[in-house]
Amino acid sequence: MTAYLLKRVAIALATLVLASIVVFAVLEILPGDPARLMLGMNASAEQVEQVRTQMGLNDPLLLRYFHWIGNLVVLDFGRSYTYSVPVIDLVRERVAVSLPLALIALALSTLIAIPVGLYAASRQGRFGDTVSMGVSQIGVAIPNFWFALLLIYLFAVWLKWVPAGGFPGWSAGIWPALKALILPAIALALPQAAILARVTRQALIEVLSEDYIRTARAKGMPYRAVLWRHALRNAMIPVLTILGLQFAFLLAGTIIIENVFYLPGLGRLIFQAITQRDLIVVESVVMLLVTTVILVNLLVDFSYAVVDPRLRGRS
Amino acid sequence: MTLQTEIPRENLGSLAAKALRHKSFAAGFLVTLLVAGMAALSFLWTPYDVTRLVISDKLLAPSAVHWFGTDHFGRDVLSMVMIGARNSIAVALVAVGIGLGLGVPLGCWAAARGGLVDEALMRLNDLVFAFPALLSAIMITAIFGPGAINAIIAIGIFNIPVFARVARAGALAIWPREYILAARAAGKSKALITLEHILPNIATLLLVQATIQFALGILAEASLSYVGLGAQPPMPSWGRMLFEAQTRMAQAPWMAIFPGMAIVITVLALNLLGDGVADILDPKSRRRR
Repeated sequence: MTAYLLKRVAIALATLVLASIVVFAVLEILPGDPARLMLGMNASAEQVEQVRTQMGLNDPLLLRYFHWIGNLVVLDFGRSYTYSVPVIDLVRERVAVSLPLALIALALSTLIAIPVGLYAASRQGRFGDTVSMGVSQIGVAIPNFWFALLLIYLFAVWLKWVPAGGFPGWSAGIWPALKALILPAIALALPQAAILARVTRQALIEVLSEDYIRTARAKGMPYRAVLWRHALRNAMIPVLTILGLQFAFLLAGTIIIENVFYLPGLGRLIFQAITQRDLIVVESVVMLLVTTVILVNLLVDFSYAVVDPRLRGRS
Repeated sequence: MTLQTEIPRENLGSLAAKALRHKSFAAGFLVTLLVAGMAALSFLWTPYDVTRLVISDKLLAPSAVHWFGTDHFGRDVLSMVMIGARNSIAVALVAVGIGLGLGVPLGCWAAARGGLVDEALMRLNDLVFAFPALLSAIMITAIFGPGAINAIIAIGIFNIPVFARVARAGALAIWPREYILAARAAGKSKALITLEHILPNIATLLLVQATIQFALGILAEASLSYVGLGAQPPMPSWGRMLFEAQTRMAQAPWMAIFPGMAIVITVLALNLLGDGVADILDPKSRRRR
């Protein structure tokens, strides 16, 4: 067990280091001089040079990389060129929108998908299974931003139940803020729920043909109890894997969905930062997202060991 | 002399008959053909010329004259959907080609060599998977600028580890077989064995994965175009059309409905096709989704 976990941690760390090198390298080759951007076109070459030295842009490559990493580790992301505020403040403000959005979407998608998957698996080959899998097949094919547009049309333009976009901020109260996140969360969640429901069904069907399920049924255990206690638990490994992958998709999905709903989240921040060549913001947000994905995947690896005791013995 | 391979070779005729009896394959195949035909037709003929702007006809609702209505420049939405299909298909197809062309050799190489090569490849895989596809696409287009070509590269890069993984897993399952041992004993090189025995046996897996990635590629292209990083105007693309529809949802919802439907129908058809292929060629291993 410990060996298994240690190996996963080591792999996660290695991936993180490689990712940081990639991000750093990518931003190195991005065109545009941040010092020039900060000072504007009228600044003299000497002024630009002075700011470049101040910002450490003239240091050797390797030194800059380690300087950058060192600061990231202590959450010092530097100052944004365009906003002239510490990046950490920008990020904190935006995470307060993106993280709840992604979490609500993840919760919604899980709450829909697992029961649907269970239902379909227990009715395998029958009418209920065919209908729910048919619907999920369509759900997989729907782009979330198109679904978002349809939701806006239905609930904001037509029924006027919720605002079409924008975010009042958490200071406006929990309810108005949540109201602004509901449609985006649904738009993000449903296509993901469709995939998750299919995986859950498939995993359950495979487990349900195992001998120990027949034994449990034969000793008189009710079907429902078998489904919940034995089948679902054993089907969790593929489901967890997809859940972990989906969190990455959800994070990336927020980038698009935030643009549909004009939500001031990390996604919009990174877009604006790219167009404004605010590299410090870009690299910070990208590293933050990548770190989150790696951590979530590590968490999924850990949860395998919790769910499946057989893994604990192995390394 | 060829050695026995895994899949029993059926003659093409009986396989085709089986395929057409398979409902989801038949439906997926037909609709995919229809979409491809529509894209091909758009080179020769569209109901209206989309490069001509007829402002007096702007934002017309669907009617007998304009089946899918018109957009804010008075362009025919049906004609634009037809031309948009070209872009989606081309981007997704080339992106799958990149994934197959680079990912499969990498995966086979890792499976054949094992050890350090294998470990290094898997770590590279982890690395690519750590970047949500859209995020890396945004970074790539940020460096090289937006456009259809860069969208292809962005989506293609993500396809490489996907195919590498599938090819490696498939190949690893074949290597311990007895006929491989026989081939090795006969003095064949690993490269030759991969070419002669491994590849034909993982072809089904790769084909199924290719249809999945093709469908995902169409979705990804639409997302990139939607945020302005894919195909650039005046080239019509489904994602771009949805972006332009966004601010006009109240007056002209048809501008969003039809391009969106085109995406859903195409992706759905490809997924059905993939399910069908997996089912027909190898009923044992039904595809997981």
